[in-house]
Amino acid sequence: MKALAIYLMCGLETPELAAAAVDGGADLVELGFPFSDPLADGPVIRRAAERALAEGMRTAACLECLAEVRELVEVRLVPMTYASLLEAYGYERFADDAVAAGATSLIVADLPVGDRPELRRIQLVAPTSTDERLHLAADQTDGWLYLVTLTGTTGARDRLSPAFAGLVARARAVTDLPLYAGFGIATPEQAASAAKLADGVVVGSRAVEVAEAGPEALREYVRSLRAAIDAAVPAIID
Amino acid sequence: MTVGLYGPYGGRYVPETLVPALDELAAAWAEARLDESYRAELDQLLGSYAGRPTPLTRADRFAPGKRLYLKREDLLHTGAHKLNNALGQALLAIRLGKRRIVAETGAGQHGVAVATVCARFGLECVVHMGAEDMRRQRPNVERMRLLGAEVRPVEFGTRTLKEATSEAVRDWLSTVESSYYLIGSCVGPHPYPEIVRELQAVIGTEARAQFIEAEGRLPEVAIACVGGGSNAIGLFAAFVDDDVRLVGVEAEGAASLVRGRTGVLHGARSSLLADEDGQVLDAHSSAPGLDYPGVGPEHAFLRDTGRAEYVSVDDAEALEAFRRLARTEGIIPALEPAHALAHLPNLDAELVVLCLSGRGDKDLEAL
Repeated sequence: MKALAIYLMCGLETPELAAAAVDGGADLVELGFPFSDPLADGPVIRRAAERALAEGMRTAACLECLAEVRELVEVRLVPMTYASLLEAYGYERFADDAVAAGATSLIVADLPVGDRPELRRIQLVAPTSTDERLHLAADQTDGWLYLVTLTGTTGARDRLSPAFAGLVARARAVTDLPLYAGFGIATPEQAASAAKLADGVVVGSRAVEVAEAGPEALREYVRSLRAAIDAAVPAIID
Repeated sequence: MTVGLYGPYGGRYVPETLVPALDELAAAWAEARLDESYRAELDQLLGSYAGRPTPLTRADRFAPGKRLYLKREDLLHTGAHKLNNALGQALLAIRLGKRRIVAETGAGQHGVAVATVCARFGLECVVHMGAEDMRRQRPNVERMRLLGAEVRPVEFGTRTLKEATSEAVRDWLSTVESSYYLIGSCVGPHPYPEIVRELQAVIGTEARAQFIEAEGRLPEVAIACVGGGSNAIGLFAAFVDDDVRLVGVEAEGAASLVRGRTGVLHGARSSLLADEDGQVLDAHSSAPGLDYPGVGPEHAFLRDTGRAEYVSVDDAEALEAFRRLARTEGIIPALEPAHALAHLPNLDAELVVLCLSGRGDKDLEAL
């Protein structure tokens, strides 16, 4: 079965939302740690970060949020954070505290592969990545490789990026690790298309938007993603 | 393999999408700076188009009892030192085959410089500018539009230089195969701090020779204002190996070196206005070019090693110096270098060279 990862911004309602996402069929929950100046994020996640910061969701509060999510769900949990937060908190200390709170790995959005190899994390590659960097990312990544499907910021697009298929092919040529596709995947149809090529799909901005309407809406949305993925890629041939 | 370090500062903290473009830029820069034809074309443009060398003007009435010399970057075409960098990077963009230029601007001086070089070379130009800065610096918005640039208002967060820079990076991130990001200060991921320093070093190189010609010796102090820090790093570059004190003057509400802590902003590790969680704080200055919570990584390194010293000056002190230079020397400075002017009375030195980084016409509406 193909994996479905749902991104949620850390916040007061996040534990309940994460439980709803898992109930709807998510296999992994990415928990966004809000940062004042994220470079790779589109307007939806930037606004969500702004709100979360106004709610006081700093690193310590986000780690508490992570621990609360862990009490409710058993799936993989991956904090997604930024270098400036780790500079302040301490890279090693963060990795330790995240695991203690229930994280299974972590992502640092602005720490490209090659920097701080001792910090074990999920590496991202993009359509612009050279083959050499794909190799390096596959060598250093923690369990699976995050394929950024498009050249741009996070957020919904009209259609799946035409650059994505080529990136999958290049990544398959260098690694047997699972490949998860993220950025620009919002609709069940897009999730299904991406799942035909990749081993997992990450949905962020649209999930954050839907989550504003509450856990029930999120559960239904995730369920629709799950159904589309499973229909497109029956588990039996996986 | 961390690249582009100044001690513990600098580096390349960007999304993966941009890394190959930064590698490509670093390679193009390494090749260009050793290429005589690049240097010759740039020198020719700096002379016949930009108006270099700029004069070094003695300012006795402003600073009685001192021998103060102003390096007149305000007399450069477009009215500020920004053009030195814009010309050099535009030539790099052309070498890379990029025809669309993306830039951020705070005071509008960098935006005007970029719009100018884009007009000169027939390049497409998109300048991101905070909505608040567009209000404060309206004449520069009109100049950019007259020069054919598209000015995109940034309606997010502080609506000033910090957000404009983030938005310019996001634009570049989305168009990286066809666009060149022409950053305006010695900030950002490697190799930008190095490129901007080298392109602005012409300020210091000229000032050093002119000062020696005028005084027969080196100055005791080289002083400049610091926002991102490009005019200061350009001035300091020529004196860093000399026995000359280097002084950078920040705005009181944007004193990222005087009161900052280590963090990551816009692709580099440096000293920032940030809280204890690493969240970047808002800067506040009447001078839009200084209204930035970060600073070039090399400045953070020069501070830590003690090679340069950094102080801050408040809005009122800067405004007083602004008015006094106008009345005593017949030179209307930009509000940004007025900060450096304001610190002069506190300097225990007689022989001083100060970078007058821009002219003040843009600030008249804001007074």
